[in-house]
Amino acid sequence: MNELMRRLLFLPEQASTFAYDVDHLHYFVIIVTMVSSLGVGMTAIAFFWKYRRRRENQATPFVAPTAVFEVLVISVPLFLFLVWFAIGFRDFVKLSSPPPEAMDVYVQGKQWMWKFSYPEGPNSLGVLHVPANRPVRLLITSRDVIHSVFIPAFRVKMDALPGRYTEIWFTATKTGRYQILCTEYCGAQHSKMWGEVVVLAPEAFDEWIKEQQRGLVSRQDVLADETSQVSQQGSLAQWGKQVAVAQGCLRCHNVDSREPANGPSWVDLYQQPTKLTDGREIIADEAYLTESMMEPTVKVVAGYQPIMPNYQGKLSGAEAAAIVEFIKSLRSDRTVQAMGGEDQ
Amino acid sequence: MTAPITTTDTAPAGPAFPKKHYLNDGTTIRSWLLTHDHKRIGVMYLISAIIALFLGGIFAMVLRLELLTPGPTIIEALTYNRMFTLHGLVMIFMFMIPAIPSGFGNFFLPIMLGAKDVAFPKWNLASYYIYLAGSSLMLWGLITGGADTGWTFYAPYSTTTTTNITPVLLGVFIIGFSSILTGLNFIVTIHTLRAPGVTWFKMPLFVWAVYATSIIQVLATPVLGLTTLLVSAEHAFGFGFFDPARGGDPILFQHLFWFYSHPAVYIMVLPAMGVQSEVICAVARKNIFGYKMIAMSSLGIAFVGFFAWGHHLFTSGQSAFDAGAFAAISMLVGVFTAIKVFNWVGTLYKGAIAFTAPFAYICGFLFFLVFGGMTGVALATVSLDVHWQDTYFVVAHFHFIMVGAVIMGFLAALHYWFPKMFGRKYPENWGLLAAGLIVLGFNATFIPQFLLGNAGMPRRYYEYPDRFAALNVASTAGASLLAFGFIIIAIYLAISLKYGEVAGRNPWGSRGYEWDVPSPPPTENFDAVPVFTRGPHEYQDVPEELARVSHAI
Repeated sequence: MNELMRRLLFLPEQASTFAYDVDHLHYFVIIVTMVSSLGVGMTAIAFFWKYRRRRENQATPFVAPTAVFEVLVISVPLFLFLVWFAIGFRDFVKLSSPPPEAMDVYVQGKQWMWKFSYPEGPNSLGVLHVPANRPVRLLITSRDVIHSVFIPAFRVKMDALPGRYTEIWFTATKTGRYQILCTEYCGAQHSKMWGEVVVLAPEAFDEWIKEQQRGLVSRQDVLADETSQVSQQGSLAQWGKQVAVAQGCLRCHNVDSREPANGPSWVDLYQQPTKLTDGREIIADEAYLTESMMEPTVKVVAGYQPIMPNYQGKLSGAEAAAIVEFIKSLRSDRTVQAMGGEDQ
Repeated sequence: MTAPITTTDTAPAGPAFPKKHYLNDGTTIRSWLLTHDHKRIGVMYLISAIIALFLGGIFAMVLRLELLTPGPTIIEALTYNRMFTLHGLVMIFMFMIPAIPSGFGNFFLPIMLGAKDVAFPKWNLASYYIYLAGSSLMLWGLITGGADTGWTFYAPYSTTTTTNITPVLLGVFIIGFSSILTGLNFIVTIHTLRAPGVTWFKMPLFVWAVYATSIIQVLATPVLGLTTLLVSAEHAFGFGFFDPARGGDPILFQHLFWFYSHPAVYIMVLPAMGVQSEVICAVARKNIFGYKMIAMSSLGIAFVGFFAWGHHLFTSGQSAFDAGAFAAISMLVGVFTAIKVFNWVGTLYKGAIAFTAPFAYICGFLFFLVFGGMTGVALATVSLDVHWQDTYFVVAHFHFIMVGAVIMGFLAALHYWFPKMFGRKYPENWGLLAAGLIVLGFNATFIPQFLLGNAGMPRRYYEYPDRFAALNVASTAGASLLAFGFIIIAIYLAISLKYGEVAGRNPWGSRGYEWDVPSPPPTENFDAVPVFTRGPHEYQDVPEELARVSHAI
């Protein structure tokens, strides 16, 4: 029954304890809704058939509702709605009261990606690892505009607000990978602000987090800049490429061709004379490239929209320099060579 | 019962078109632009609103075409974001809010009260020009500045967007004044200009609905004006009202915005409910079942509508207590609406129902209002909303109310009152065909969107994961059917304006007061102050001729 209704209503799979509760209320509510609206529609059609106009000048009797009818039309819907409310509110209170033993994960939204940080140390971009069968509390905030964390398979959603923490919790019931979507409109790439929850068996999760901590300790020796989420490996340009991937730069900037996307291509960009929207022409040198990351709307290239988010405070100096190095390495005569770094 | 309802079958020549009426009382452009006649102002509002409906419809079709495939289809992301902003703003502020109250309300409210005009005819004209000025500024701003915030202007996105949003916000601010002036004008008109015999409980139900609407317009719109000013000030000068880094509150905007925009839903839907009450009596030729319940539930909706706004913020970190309180209050709107629905269905009981285009639209209206309204109650059921919030389920729900109910009401009004306004009939067969297409196309467009919401597709998505593709294709197909229906209506109504069969005073045999004046009505509406001796929805055993109003003086 549950499976049939779920499929009929196109609901995603139920992968949290909350999903079962909420879906059963959903079935109840939607069946009543369909029966009532079809009932009203059918009654109107039945009345039409029974009382269709037979003569041009037909007179009709005066009919007024009785007191019983009036009481019924008020009390029946009111009763029904209050039952829905009682169940829905009970479940909502449960959803807003995380159990004290819940594991915490900090979630940070920014245009246009998710960052997940664990109190134990590791953090990751886009992928949230959680254990099955253990309550997990998400503490959510945003670095820029409002976003909203939505995990359809868990039936949970909570806005990410700048300057505030909101919370939501769930207990995942099935291992697997589930999509995270942003449901608060946040700009040009809103519809691509996706992430993923990976639900691991509890033991596998413990193993994973230990692994992460080991990696973190060893990484700290190498990493000059502790704020970077991407460890430096190989040349500065290769590190710059990893940072650019992690920061989502490549969603709007092409690096494998000179084709423009939402933003200008990076190939052959370095030292190129570039025309701006205000008519000025500048040379895309190191200073300009860095400025474009930190204050992107000051000098916008002609033909593009000023939609790039501000990376001031989100990129460290070393990371910005690495991205500049990466851009410098992107020459159309050498592109293949630079992209070869992918294999490492 | 000898008096014929329509004289077409008894008088071979058919009813004569009146020689003098409001349409030919001055035919220069100047006589239209400077008119104080509520009927002409109503017609001008209607023309503007219909243009807005077609504009908004074209934007909607572009959106649906873009969503035909999961990736980019015909436009780029930024254009898509601008397009849904355009669609929302044009449909809501230029069509939905003024169409029925300012269009049909202006035309019929004074006639339904037995008055010559509204209380302040010059204000009435001023409010039309304010609407035009605000709309033009808003459209100009949208097209040149390219605002991409959605019609909801959520801060801090709207206060930090790089697109030029200030003219759009000022446009909305100005349109607000038009809404307030019209509302105030109608309230004063209803209080002071009722003819002898039109007591409060003998007012047509459309008047009650417009009265409730006007109260909301006067009380809620100032809050919208204030909010748009705050956003433009923050965007232009960097005030920190909504920016937490400067002590502002990012959620404050949502509270202010929905304090207006939730009641604004009732500004749109209450007049459509009023139309429903008028039309259902005329097509069933039957007294309205439970007049007082319908009249009072309009006021009830207007009242509780002010305290339900928080149900838009269930997932924004609001406390569980607040969420519960707002949810419980929202349920009451459902109860008031249910009262109306049962009374409309009751009106059909023992009636004499004619199968006409207006009847098709009121059946559609009933179905859409019940389904859309109950999904609204479902959305107000707090725990269910967590999954549905900001998904296509919400989009489908409010389109069921706004396109389903409001546009059905608008089309029912347009067909029902067309003979009165222009003195000619529309072709009934074409009317029924278009109504069928629209009801079908509407279901085909929005039922897949409910399912998309269930499946978890967020709204305002330019691209989407492949698993949502099939339902999006179905929705786009339905939208094409809907568009086709509208085009048919536009064509036959335009032809009927000039070549339609002459309607005569009362082609529907309706007892509404407005059917007592010639079609089209003369500029002064009535030759003398009318005295009404019967109610506007009474059909019992009184021959039509005797039911006409008597004229004092």
